[in-house]
Amino acid sequence: MKLTIKEIEQIATLARLELGEKEKQMYAEQLSVVLDYIGILDEVNTEGVPETCQVTGLTGVIREDVVIETDAVTREKMLKNFPDKFGQYLRVKAVFGENEE
Amino acid sequence: MLNNLTIREAYEGLKKKKFTSVELTQACLDRIEERNSELNAFITVFAESALHEAHEADEMIARGEQKMLTGIPFAVKDAISTRDGRSTASAKILDNYVSAFDATVIGRIRAEGAVLIGKNNCDAFGHGASNENSMYGAVRNPHDLNKVSGGSSGGTAAAVADNMCIFGIGEDTGGSIRQPAAFCGIVGLRPSYGRNSRYGIMPMASSLDTVGPMTKTVEDTAILMQIMAGQDVLDATTVTDGVPDYVKGLKLRKTQPSLRGSFGGRGKIRIGVPKEYFEVEGMEDEVKQIIEEKIEEIKRPVLRSSGATEGKLKDCEIEIVSVSLPMTKYAIPVYYIVVPSEDSSNLGRMDGIRYGVRVGGKDLYETYSRSRAQGFPEEVKRRIMIGTYALSAGYYDAYYRKAQKVRTLIIRDFEKVFTEVDLLLTPTTPTAAFGVGEKKDDVLAMYLADVFAAPPAIAGLPAISIPVGNTSAGLPVGMQIIGPRMQEELVLRTAYSIFGK
Repeated sequence: MKLTIKEIEQIATLARLELGEKEKQMYAEQLSVVLDYIGILDEVNTEGVPETCQVTGLTGVIREDVVIETDAVTREKMLKNFPDKFGQYLRVKAVFGENEE
Repeated sequence: MLNNLTIREAYEGLKKKKFTSVELTQACLDRIEERNSELNAFITVFAESALHEAHEADEMIARGEQKMLTGIPFAVKDAISTRDGRSTASAKILDNYVSAFDATVIGRIRAEGAVLIGKNNCDAFGHGASNENSMYGAVRNPHDLNKVSGGSSGGTAAAVADNMCIFGIGEDTGGSIRQPAAFCGIVGLRPSYGRNSRYGIMPMASSLDTVGPMTKTVEDTAILMQIMAGQDVLDATTVTDGVPDYVKGLKLRKTQPSLRGSFGGRGKIRIGVPKEYFEVEGMEDEVKQIIEEKIEEIKRPVLRSSGATEGKLKDCEIEIVSVSLPMTKYAIPVYYIVVPSEDSSNLGRMDGIRYGVRVGGKDLYETYSRSRAQGFPEEVKRRIMIGTYALSAGYYDAYYRKAQKVRTLIIRDFEKVFTEVDLLLTPTTPTAAFGVGEKKDDVLAMYLADVFAAPPAIAGLPAISIPVGNTSAGLPVGMQIIGPRMQEELVLRTAYSIFGK
């Protein structure tokens, strides 16, 4: 199966990845090779076979929903990681509407 | 040379005051200084804070407060969070990221007094089998600088093998501890999924990820598992099973019921050798030969000085039988659907918003797509693309759901074989370390480097790689021992008997 450049662009949009023209070409070829290889699974009869989503067998792992206060040092480290901030707030581009400049 | 020591030897030496932790740590730092420019095993080295921690450890030892790891220097894969220095996962999107906390397993190790000496290069976000997918350059194999270290925990494997630290902590999703351990000639254990907490391990494929020790001996691995294993409220996938005494378990005698194999009678362990693991295309003859010779050696009874004939392995009789795991060839295709799918979802958080490197754009969408485009290497993008496609509307059933069903059949394969044998023995990899650049552009060939390591990972089983010989070119060859779920004790015991330390 050969993926088209248009399909690659759609996947990249979903994945939030900006790709150059060369990259699109490369991924179109490589994804096609990988998907062909994966196609070998079609020869396995999986009728009536359940899916495996986890291997521990654990079910209903719950705990009390308790707020754990963050200490000042940890808080400072987390704030320091913000790429852009306004006071102690994380600053991002507008989610709705226009960005103010 | 102090940096060549194992955990056990370092512990004894510190206890008897033969040397100090500052001397031990300095010996490791000197080795890093001497070799890291060639090997590229470390992204960050904590020279100053390590010596400070070592000094504190010496004071504790002087006060008689020595714990198992007090004053012993270790290195950690950079995809594992540590509260000091950067945790980049070898991707530029996290080039400036400093974690606010230690991963649970790292916290447990540090609570035992270990000295964090540095963070290791790896394939970015654990994606790769050669360490060439790092945005900080490839790691070289200490046995031959023209060969790869393996991956993704390649920097940690190289650092341990080259004695730049006493032990290391890596992460294994589909072979990332065992494959580089085999390539570099050290011991590497992937524990059962759920045995060790994954809290603070940067997630790759959440249903497969594990964190484990990378060491010079099986005994050191047992020492570390003792400390790392156990339930963690911060990781809901950790199991509630108690943690056995792995260290004591190594030396238990065969009559003790906890280590008696289920088959072959009293005190005997029956090991299966799956024939499919010797029939893979592209397998090197020399690797196959070394593994087969080792199996013969294990089978051969030796005459003890007492006159009694017993198995080669002290206090551990081993019977070897041939078995079949017919689903083996489907493991890699399943792996390369399940992993990229879970990857593409997990890596959604890497968007340059709350941490890491943000590349500006005219709106949020452009900020995301540019930060990700510039912060991820080629392989990370490739996996995100595959995963996004496999999970997208109309393809979910054909890919992800299909793979999860075949995964069930692979697990059943193992379950069936474990009604006949206690353990499985295989090569860890089909080849010894390959050349730098050799497979870089052949995506499928690179994926097949994990052909023997991926199946137990898919089934959530514990598996260890131990060094069993060298090729004529001097490259290490690893043998893998796979156990049933939660049977680390039996895996370690058997590995200890075979490796001898």
